[in-house]
This record gives sequence, structure tokens and C-alpha cells, in this order.
Amino acid sequence: MRTILFILRKEFLQIFRHRVMLPLIFIMPIIQLLILAHAADYEVRNINLYLINRDGSQAAHRLIGKFEASPHFNIVGNAFNSDEAYRAIQNGQADLFIEIPVDFQRNLLRDGYAQLQSSVDAINGVKAGLASAYTNAIITDFNEEFRKEWISAVNVSDSPKAHLATNGQPPQSTNTHTLLSQPSPNEADKRSWEITASPYHHITISPSPITIRSANWFNPELNYQTFMVPGILVLLVTLVGTFLSGMNIVKEKEIGTIEQINVTPIRKYQFIIGKLLPFWIIALIELAFGLLVGKLVFDIPFVGSLWLIFGFSALYLLVVLGIGLLVSTVTETQQQAMFISWFFLIIFILMSGLFTPIESMPAWAQAITRFNPVAYFVEVMRMVLLKGSGILDIRIHLIVMSAYAIAVNSLAVLNYRKTT
Amino acid sequence: MNNTANISIKEVSKSYQDNIAALDQVSLEITAGELFGLIGPDGAGKTSLIRILATLLLPDEGVASLNGWDVRKDYRTIRSNIGYMPGRFSLYQDLSVEENLHFFATIFGTKVEENYDLIKDIYDQLAPFKKRRAGNLSGGMKQKLALCCALIHKPVVLLLDEPTTGVDPVSRKEFWDMLGRLKAKGITTLVSTPYMDEASLCDRVALIQKGRILDVGSPNEIIDKYKHPLLAVRTDDMYRLINDLRTFDFTHTVFPFGEYVHLSLIQTVWPEVIASYLLSKEHTGLDIQAVKPTIEDAFMELMI
Repeated sequence: MRTILFILRKEFLQIFRHRVMLPLIFIMPIIQLLILAHAADYEVRNINLYLINRDGSQAAHRLIGKFEASPHFNIVGNAFNSDEAYRAIQNGQADLFIEIPVDFQRNLLRDGYAQLQSSVDAINGVKAGLASAYTNAIITDFNEEFRKEWISAVNVSDSPKAHLATNGQPPQSTNTHTLLSQPSPNEADKRSWEITASPYHHITISPSPITIRSANWFNPELNYQTFMVPGILVLLVTLVGTFLSGMNIVKEKEIGTIEQINVTPIRKYQFIIGKLLPFWIIALIELAFGLLVGKLVFDIPFVGSLWLIFGFSALYLLVVLGIGLLVSTVTETQQQAMFISWFFLIIFILMSGLFTPIESMPAWAQAITRFNPVAYFVEVMRMVLLKGSGILDIRIHLIVMSAYAIAVNSLAVLNYRKTT
Repeated sequence: MNNTANISIKEVSKSYQDNIAALDQVSLEITAGELFGLIGPDGAGKTSLIRILATLLLPDEGVASLNGWDVRKDYRTIRSNIGYMPGRFSLYQDLSVEENLHFFATIFGTKVEENYDLIKDIYDQLAPFKKRRAGNLSGGMKQKLALCCALIHKPVVLLLDEPTTGVDPVSRKEFWDMLGRLKAKGITTLVSTPYMDEASLCDRVALIQKGRILDVGSPNEIIDKYKHPLLAVRTDDMYRLINDLRTFDFTHTVFPFGEYVHLSLIQTVWPEVIASYLLSKEHTGLDIQAVKPTIEDAFMELMI
């Protein structure tokens, strides 16, 4: 035991002697949280909208007013014909345009039916999909309002249903979507083509008597930071665990100090524990610090037990430290260790459900994520922090992580040799 | 436990992946308290032999033991009782002189103060730099620190792999003086070196080349085995001199040796005969002296 203490003392001396280490350990979580938590946001704001208003009626202004009021849209210009609007999209000035045809209001009042056309730049599939969805929502809203007012303006004593019956058709606006493809990279073209396979895709929104209102549990305001911050903390802990631990052991090989260490009475397990424990401690401190920043800056909820979070992190760290150790046994230089760790980390992180939901991956990819420790940790963080899951809810995660820890560390220790 | 230990190596062989034998049936007996030199060119197998004794490398064949401890079975005992200095500086460059020494003392379960008398002579020279990081020391200072760290747990055997390579002549001399003092304290020392002038400072040496031991003995014994008459020759044109001497009838070998060429002869020849031969080849500035063979001459002879 004393030997491990001596190694630990030496390790901490070396870690903190390195000029950038200490600042990095505390600045990294702040930077990562402040930048990533704001940047990694799926809510699309600032969709640039071009308008072609051929009507100029009250109804048209009303509709435009709704787009103006929406936080998602910026009206960047008005065009007189669709060519001009297309050009704006091709120049990248606009993300979509909406054309309000002549007699929009008249048709709506007389026929109870009018057409709108919206064209979306589909280069960025996510953005295009969201832009369409937001447009639909605004038009539905407009439709609903217009219908109510129109009914009250006419002030018929009949029930709306009867009135609708006389009118033949309820007032409705159909929007005609054209998803525009741009003359640009192949991949984008292909995607656009897939979407434009049915270019005039009609969505008929009828003012149904059933209104669906959704409530978002565990994150009622759909706050992305609440969702992202726990995930980013996972990233932080993983980086410290894998990179620093692996490099720390390989450094002894690269500098040659391992040669001297190997002829001392230090036992293999003492050396490994002495090398890994500092990063286990540092990563847990990082996590505590990151949670503090998350709480103070983003006010993320701590619904569940923090003890459970730290308990699971401690277990999870055994896995990532084990991976670092395993990498160090198969490499000779820090550069090699860095490269191999990075290879695994990229896959682990991108397939962790941190940025893209695991549920939307193909079945085979979902199968791979079952072997991804980062995915388990991201899930546990979100479950415990946001939902308040208890130890029983994450028992599967705990079991898998324990199995993983035993497997990785056994493999690493078996692979580690003092004698060549 | 007695303070000194012998080293016994019996028919040890080791080859690496390329199947070239680094050590080929090497046998050596080093008696307790001896300062033993392992002399040979780069790639002769010196490092492999020392690493086997330090339990860092397993021999393919043969047995080796230190003080009766087998390098395979008793490696743990060996590691606690030897001091090893690898050829490459292997201390923590980002720790200070003091911290390095302290760290190695503690992991051997001792304190710097406990065996301070053993390292006092050396450490006194390092003391002014004790707060300096090991990475910022000069080559000679690094080697002195490494020796201190290897000695701090009072080992019975000291294994030094090319401790003076890349060190300036003054520091080299100081280093060998220290080894002499350590010998007085009864520590068995095995030191490898590519410098043949250092061989004369050892009690006994083994000449090693291509994984084989060519000869073992005290420096004088090895030199005494050298039987050829030896002359040191120089002229104004050394390159042509070597070529011309190689075609001389009585020449055994010709090697450059510092400012001179060492010429060994098949039989004793009057220097005048050589002088007239060289004059006939139009050499100027002739200088011919009879010299006593050195260990380098003996080694060159063995290498042929």
C-alpha cells in the first residue's frame, strides 16, 4: 500500500508540474460546457424567409404577421416573382420562400379554400425538415384563427358544423411544398432528389375538432441545454479517462523510465493502480466541477441522486481507464496511443446518443451501441439527472458496466508485461 | 546476507525476432566484489546480457544467477537487491534531482538518509543542483544522479550499461573514480563500455563481439597474450601510409590508432627496414616507435 502512495505522490507531482495541466483540467469543463451546450442545439432559429405576396389583402398580411412574430423566421426580403425568390435561395440568402397567390383572401372567403406554395432549400436535411414543420405549424395556426373569426364575423346562429355543411367545404389553406434542389455537391443533390421525388406534396390541414397538445415530461420547456449538459459532462469524464491515463503509461515507455521502474520491487498491480488512480480522482473532480457549472450557469435539474451519478461514474471510469491501459499496452509512443484512443473515442462519442438519438440509428448500429460504454453513461446521466431514476432503474447499466470493467481490465492486465 | 555477491552466467543464448543471435552460448563467472568490464563494440550483445541479469529480458537458453538467485525464478529478490543503470537516461526528467532520489529510495522501502554514506561522495557534487529538474542536467550530472538512484537502496550488485557513453572525458574519469570507491565498499559491479581505454580500470574484463565472449581476464593478462612486435608509425600522408603498409612483406595488421598507425609484424624487423620501405614509397615526416601493446591492440587481434 505504501508503495502505491509513493507512486501516487510522484504522479501528482508530475501532473501538476506540467504547466498546462492544471489550468486545462479546470478550464476544459467550462469551455466545453459554455460552447458546446449552446452550439449543440437542434432548435433551428433564424430561418431566412423570402415572401412573394401577390395578394396584399388583410388575410395575407395577417399570415405574414404570424411569420414575423415567430422566433424561427427572419423575413429577409420580398420578391415579385418566383424567379427572384429562387435566385435568393440559390444565392443562399433565403432558406425558403412562401408565395401568397392573387386572390388569396377572396378564395378563402368565397371558396373556403386557398393555395399557398412554400419552397425549401433541402441541402441541410434537418433544417429543411424543421423549416417545413414550423411553416406548417404557423399555417395551421393561421387557419384555425381565420376560421374562428370568419365564423363569428358571419355570425350565423347555426352550429359551425351546419355552416360548414352549407359551405360545402371548411375554409382551409393547402400549402404546396416544393423542395428545391440546388446545383451543388452530389450528396446534397441526391438527398434533394429523394425528397423531391414527389415535388408537389400536398398537405391538407383540416381544422379538426380534436386538438393535440403535447406535454414534454422531464424537460417541460424542451430546453436543449438541460438535455445536452449531462451528455457533455460524459464527454469530459471520458476524455480525461481515456487519453490522459493511456498517455501517462505510454510516456514512461517513450521516455524510457519504465526500464528503471521495472527493476524496482514495484509490483505490476501497484504500478497500474498508481498510474490510473490519479486520473480516476481527477475525472471525478472534473465531473463535480462540471455539474457545479451546469447547475450555476444552465440551471440543469438534479432530480435524481448525485450519489448515484458519482457511483456510476466511478464504475464507468474503471472501464475507460481500462481502455486507456489496454491502449498503452499495445503502443510504444504517446503519438500511437493518442491515435488509437482517438479512433475509439470518435466512434464511441458519435454513436453514444449524445448528438443523435440511438433510436434513429439503423438496427445494426443500435446493436453496436450496446457495446459502447459512453452510450450507457449518457443514458444514465440523463435518466438520473432529468428523470430522477433510481438504482433499480439503471441496474442493467450497472451490470453491463461492471462486466465491461472486469473484461477490459483483465485483458489489459494480462497484456501488460514487465519483462520483454 | 553478506555484502557481496557473485554473478554466474552459464551458456546463455538470446536471439530476437530476426533470428540473429544477440548472445550465443555466453558463459561468465564474476567473483564477489569484482569490478568487471564488458567491453565490445555497439551491437555486441552487452545490453542484452545486462538486461538478462537485470531480469528485464528472459534468456532463450542457459541459466544466469546473481548471488545464487536465478534470473527466472528469483527475479523479485534480484530486483530488490541490484542497482541497474540503463544505457539510456531513465529517470524522471520533470522531477528534480532531490525528488528523483527520494522517489527511488521510497519505492525500495528505504530513506535517502539511511544509505547516504554510500552516495555521499557523488551526491555532494550534485547537491548544488538538487532543486533542478533532472532533464536540465548536463550529461555527466545525469549519469551521477542515475548512479545515486541505483545505489540508494544499497544493492549488492551494480549493473551499469554504458554509463560513460556520451559523457565528456573529465566526467568519465570522475565516474570511474567513483566506481573504484564503490569497489572498496565491496559492491560487485558489472559495467559495459565501448571504450577500450576504460578496460584497464577494471579488475577483469570480458571482450565480447557478435554475442560471443572472445576472451576473459585481467587487462594485463589479455595484453600479455599479445605476441606480435608492435610499432607506432606516422608520416605526413596517413591514408597512403595505411595502404602502403598493408602491402609490406612483414605486416601482420595495420590499424589507425589516434595520431599513429599501429603496425604489428609477423616477425621482428629492424625499424630501419620499414623506414627505407616507406622512403621508397616517397613518404615524408617519418616517425617510427616501438610501443607496448594496449588492450585495444589485443582486442583488434582477437577480432580478426
